[in-house]
Amino acid sequence: MSDQPLLEVTDLSVDFPTDDGVVHAVDRVSYSLGENETLGIVGESGSGKSVTSLAILGLLPKRAKITGSVKFRGRELIGLKDSEMRPLRGRNIAMVFQDALTSLNPVFRVGDQIAESITAHRDLPRHELKARVIELLELVGIPNPVERAGQYPHEYSGGMRQRAMIAMTIANEPDVLIADEPTTALDVTIQAQVLEVMERVKQRTRSAIVLITHDLGVIAGVADRVLVMYAGRQVELGTADEIFYQPHHPYTEGLLASLPRLDRRSGSERLHRIKGQPPSLLALPPGCAFNPRCPHAKHGKCDGPRPELISIGRSGHLSACLRAEEIYAAEQVTV
Amino acid sequence: MTLSDQEAEPLSNASLEEIIEVMPEPDEGDLELVAGAEPKARSQFQLVVRRFLRHRAAVFSTVLFVILLFMCFGATWVAPFARNKQDLLADIAGPSRHHLFGVDQLGRDYFTEVLYAGQVSLKIGIAVGLLSTIVGFAAGAIAGYFGKSIDNLLMRFTDLFLVIPAIAVLAVALKYFGYTDVTIILVLAGLAWMGVARVVRSQVLSLREKEFVEAARASGASSWRIITRHILPNMLGPIMVNATLGIAGAIVTEATLSFLGFGVQPPKTSWGKMLSDAEGQVGGKHAFLLYFPGLMLLIVVLCVNFLGDGLRDAFDPQAKH
Amino acid sequence: MIKFIARRVLFSIPVLVISSFIVFWGIRKTFDPTAKYRTSKDAARLIAEKRKEFGLDKPIVVQWWNWATKFVRGDWGVSTSTNGKVTDMVSRALGFTVQLIFWGVVISLVIAVVSGVYSAVRQYSVADVAFTGLSYLGVAMPPFWFALLAIQFLSVEPKLHWHLAHPIVYFVGLHSTGQSGFNLDYIRHLALPVLTLTVQTVAVWSRFQRAAMLDVLSADYIRTARAKGLPRRKVIFKHALRNALLPLVSQTAVDAGALFGGLIITESIFSIPGMGRLFLAGLLAGDVNVILAWMLVGAVFVILFNLLADVVYGFLDPRIRVT
Repeated sequence: MSDQPLLEVTDLSVDFPTDDGVVHAVDRVSYSLGENETLGIVGESGSGKSVTSLAILGLLPKRAKITGSVKFRGRELIGLKDSEMRPLRGRNIAMVFQDALTSLNPVFRVGDQIAESITAHRDLPRHELKARVIELLELVGIPNPVERAGQYPHEYSGGMRQRAMIAMTIANEPDVLIADEPTTALDVTIQAQVLEVMERVKQRTRSAIVLITHDLGVIAGVADRVLVMYAGRQVELGTADEIFYQPHHPYTEGLLASLPRLDRRSGSERLHRIKGQPPSLLALPPGCAFNPRCPHAKHGKCDGPRPELISIGRSGHLSACLRAEEIYAAEQVTV
Repeated sequence: MTLSDQEAEPLSNASLEEIIEVMPEPDEGDLELVAGAEPKARSQFQLVVRRFLRHRAAVFSTVLFVILLFMCFGATWVAPFARNKQDLLADIAGPSRHHLFGVDQLGRDYFTEVLYAGQVSLKIGIAVGLLSTIVGFAAGAIAGYFGKSIDNLLMRFTDLFLVIPAIAVLAVALKYFGYTDVTIILVLAGLAWMGVARVVRSQVLSLREKEFVEAARASGASSWRIITRHILPNMLGPIMVNATLGIAGAIVTEATLSFLGFGVQPPKTSWGKMLSDAEGQVGGKHAFLLYFPGLMLLIVVLCVNFLGDGLRDAFDPQAKH
Repeated sequence: MIKFIARRVLFSIPVLVISSFIVFWGIRKTFDPTAKYRTSKDAARLIAEKRKEFGLDKPIVVQWWNWATKFVRGDWGVSTSTNGKVTDMVSRALGFTVQLIFWGVVISLVIAVVSGVYSAVRQYSVADVAFTGLSYLGVAMPPFWFALLAIQFLSVEPKLHWHLAHPIVYFVGLHSTGQSGFNLDYIRHLALPVLTLTVQTVAVWSRFQRAAMLDVLSADYIRTARAKGLPRRKVIFKHALRNALLPLVSQTAVDAGALFGGLIITESIFSIPGMGRLFLAGLLAGDVNVILAWMLVGAVFVILFNLLADVVYGFLDPRIRVT
């Protein structure tokens, strides 16, 4: 990592006032992203993963209250006017959305929609623009790109739409590519292909990637570092190896345990499931938000003051579990 | 004033919707989100009432509508003068302290006349709204639930009347059946039920495919039971909304027909008939005779529309207008 | 596309056949065209003669069949009240009606789209609240009462108040005597009738447009367009508007019949000798040929309007483009 991170998020919070109280959709999230790094953000639906990214791009509805800081190459993004933010969107920071079917405009040709993300930032002669669009479609692995460019989204299959979506976002070779559940709506085989396309794109454009998913399996082979979120809060941050092999938060552990694994003896163990439901963001339990579902929760400690992030072992590995050292001390030694 | 009230409410609804949208909750709507905050279980009915009461324009309209109903149907007690009491010495005159709405050509107190005319307008409107909703619901439910052949028949039948302007059919039919209150109600309802049936049919078609209906069918429930126990309760909201809109529509339709001379006949009056009688005053000195019956029509229709809006929001807070 | 249009037209033929029969039967049952001869001297003989002339002695189906076969050959019969040829009456009236409908639809669409889009983009702004309030009024307003008020307050009162020789806007006919063509006189005549004809459609359509635009503005593809770095103008007028026009196009088709029916009120209040007045006169006289002609012209209008809407819809939305 260089001195100045590409993207630095500090204490980012997003609140939505509603009839029934304030929803803390994102609560003091901090992370940094270096050049050409891949950061995975993991958490259940409603854990604030997507809202965090939308806040970075300034795409949240007006009534969202955003506090904290987001710096892109040292420049503060929070508080920028829409017109000041616009040139950065799609050129420096681009985003791939979850559902490519609804994220592509149904009434315009796919090629035109890709071309548009280029012309939004620079003027290109028609033939160069066309060549660039076809090159992009080729890069993301769409067969017959010339013909396909003239088709509408409804003429594409699900996997192809997501590829087109990726082509659209990498058109300007952005510095940061945020991918919000890019594979969730897809078949497993297509998922792998799309991830492979993203990897190829990363090699080619040297972009840094933020990969948001609820599925740790997706992140496993791709991410350099992983951020785990729960109920709008950051619960653990570490390198991929640390998160996968030395998790220091019961929630991360629960997520890992619920992954189907080939090395587990079949039949002997049922798939683990974290008990209970994620809490309502309007009424979070006191203390650690995970405590009602946590197997290690201790009355009088975990429902006390809200836990802060603490460093585990080497610098950079953070956990928001008050009992992390107690619980994981033994494992620490053995691994 | 009522407008800003009306606008204040959906704002808060929208905010919640939008948050739900940016934070996809696995299989929970906003109700659950709220319920999480207030774990106290509430019956569906209480929820509906609570949401309705939050819609201030609707509450205000309901109160006003009820007051108007009482004034019109209690005209015998409310009206300052006896009905049709002609004071031949009194000249036609604008509103005054003694005669709130003025005095008409025959020396009658116009306020009194407007109240009595309201009886006819409101009676026809409400009767048509209820009748067309009941008939339309039955037809729509049957068509939607039992499918194909009945459905086709109903849809062709309603197609027929999409081509012919309603007002023409009504005028011809009323000429044929006569102009009593009952025939007016029956003829208006005879045309209005088809719109309701279309709405109900599409609702039933989508409800029929829902899991809970499939489950009931799989467990051997009879069609009658499925309709009354599973489909009807879910249709309550749309039905009530439709009934209110039907009332508003029927009041205007009756007024229009009466205005053209194809509705209520003398000596009976309705607001539309009064406007028809006063049409000649337009541009003249006594144009005030045109204002009050029309104003009553406008107020009643506005009230009923707001009431319908309130009901829709109360039953289905997610629905977009 | 042509195949699609042909299919739509073919489908509407049975509807037209059946509805014309119902109306024919209804009017024959309701009105007796020989009623006016009852008081004449030789009543019995005259009535019998007229009955034969009008074909009333034959069964209703035969009468209708005779009418229908002539109708499709272009012989729309003679008015029983004026003895004029119905085709002439209709062609004279149609000119006025087409003008009213044309301007009505154009103005409704322009106002609805402009106010609806503005309201949605600036939701809860003063103008949005005002537009919404007006649309509530417009929806609830009985058009005939609106017409009377408009005459009173927009034409008569200003004339009296400022002692004008002529009112600012007229309320009789579409031209002053001796005037023709598209000029200021025409606009001054057109203003109130078009306002009356459109008071409800404008209100309904602008609410529709607002809702559609709000719906579209929260769509994922709008977020995508913004994430690409497109300027706000382009996001709203290119990406959102094109999609938000679709529901309005469908709605205009649905309301075509209501517009045609609305002419009855408008034309009778503003003394415009169009189709609506023709119908009213026909109905008062029980003039079956006139009423049926009116009805079928109306039906053709509704069908044409629907076809046009389908074509526009297909043009806007590639998903339903028919090959």
